[in-house]
Amino acid sequence: MTEFELPVLSVSNFNKQFGKGCPSCKDSNEDSLKKNYCPVCGTVYACQDITFEVYAGEILGVVGESGSGKSTLMQCLYFDQEVSSGEAYISSYKDGKRDVFAESSQQKRYIRNHMMGKVYQNPLWGLRINFTSIGNIAEKLIAAGNRHVGKMEARGKELLEHVNIPIYRMKEAPKNFSGGMQQRVQIAKALSNNPPLLLLDEVTTGLDLSVQASVLDLIKTIQRELQITVIIVSHDLGVIRMLADRTMVMLDGRIIEQGLTDQILEDPQHDYTQHLVQSLL
Amino acid sequence: MRIEYNFAFFDEGSKREIRRATLKAVAIPGYQVPFASREMPIARGWGTGGLQLTLSLVGKEDILKVIDQGSDESVNAVNIKKLIIKTTGIKVTDETSEATIIQSRHRIPEIPLQAGQILVLQVPLPEPLRYYEPSELETKKLHAEQEYSGAWLMLFEQIMNYGTMSTGADHPAMVHDRYVMAPSPIPRFDNPKLNHSQALILLGAGREKKVYAVPPYTRVESLAFEDFSFEVESFQDKCCGLCGAKGVFLDEILDDLTGETFHQCNDTSYCLQRLNQKSAG
Repeated sequence: MTEFELPVLSVSNFNKQFGKGCPSCKDSNEDSLKKNYCPVCGTVYACQDITFEVYAGEILGVVGESGSGKSTLMQCLYFDQEVSSGEAYISSYKDGKRDVFAESSQQKRYIRNHMMGKVYQNPLWGLRINFTSIGNIAEKLIAAGNRHVGKMEARGKELLEHVNIPIYRMKEAPKNFSGGMQQRVQIAKALSNNPPLLLLDEVTTGLDLSVQASVLDLIKTIQRELQITVIIVSHDLGVIRMLADRTMVMLDGRIIEQGLTDQILEDPQHDYTQHLVQSLL
Repeated sequence: MRIEYNFAFFDEGSKREIRRATLKAVAIPGYQVPFASREMPIARGWGTGGLQLTLSLVGKEDILKVIDQGSDESVNAVNIKKLIIKTTGIKVTDETSEATIIQSRHRIPEIPLQAGQILVLQVPLPEPLRYYEPSELETKKLHAEQEYSGAWLMLFEQIMNYGTMSTGADHPAMVHDRYVMAPSPIPRFDNPKLNHSQALILLGAGREKKVYAVPPYTRVESLAFEDFSFEVESFQDKCCGLCGAKGVFLDEILDDLTGETFHQCNDTSYCLQRLNQKSAG
């Protein structure tokens, strides 16, 4: 053993704020803020000083209540939003030596198209609902540089089969599908170019229980088969318990606790985590 | 009442503004330059973009040809010619080789254009990504980041739905390996004529307030897939019923009395020229 394993993604001192900030909140001492909100100037500190690493083949869970900054974190990781400050390194991009947050928008687009996949909470955000399902999957493949219709069609069919959508409906637009099916098309799309990093943002929220189970099952299967790294955001501890190897707990834009999922659920240290685990039905 | 118009209808300031936009368009092949589209004595969407380009470029020595879907004598072409003659007094012609400026609606003449000539095309929808992305703000970003998955996706959808690329006209083309351009609704048959054209090609969209250009000897590649190559319309062994021309763009015409169909050159001046040569020789 000469070297330690490099993380697939490492994020350090990442901050995201909405608003300019004022002298009373700028030094970001916790006393001046009301949760993550500055009562003086109205600035929201959505994510504060977030540092974490994810390793290959690992599933990292992120839990926290609504408004704790989980989705903002995911949006920034997928470059849907600009970060306020902080650095991130992806091992497969330029040997993990370049801060991806500081790259140009073209490069960000490249990273997103070639190295990431994201499944949004709402399928409408991740899909073009008027295009065919197979076209939706092809969009991601085209973006990653694919220009062969036959190969893209074959890959699309393979993925749709994988997510249990009948092939004879592949030319149908996702707007005709049920919520669960739309979510599965979205998963197929996110997986199409074999991304080393998959971001899942509340994928099962709003789905009925049996569909939730099948979607989770699908994610677990695919993750095992393809050995992809996954970051999964959820406020549902059941989902985290089933999927995540490691878990971070977020509150008011900060990571208040992180560790092995079992450890967090069985022996929570922070007040909030204890409260959260207590309220698990 | 006699109104004295300035030469070429516009005041000098307006002409200069349009020329400035045109110069920028020539400098960045395929890039859509916004310009202050003027009110015209014809309605927007009826060739005002092309007309403004022509009026800003025309000099006393120029010889003008105007065609509408290949015809020199259609109402639109005649009215545009009348306006330009009235305000400039320049010579007009039907002969492609004689003209210095050719304003055209949706055709590139059959006779190859020469160095020194300018082809002005009227454009209804200059944005090749519009159907894919309705927001102008977003399409601007997509162009800036050279993200053209959308253009390919639309072709992919056509192949999925119809088994072939079904663009009847306006088949998108990559200009100088950088910008994807809507070549105005010219038939696919004319797309190859854009590539390494000896003449300067200008495209003007009056309603959408955009000007773009293909400078002489610029590479213009019609979008295609590895396994679905770009193909022009084929008329097989059909030939023009009047002049007998083959390998040109033909119109299919139905004879109301007999119910028979026959073909005829779409480019009327080309057809007429051939007939004249025949009768002379």
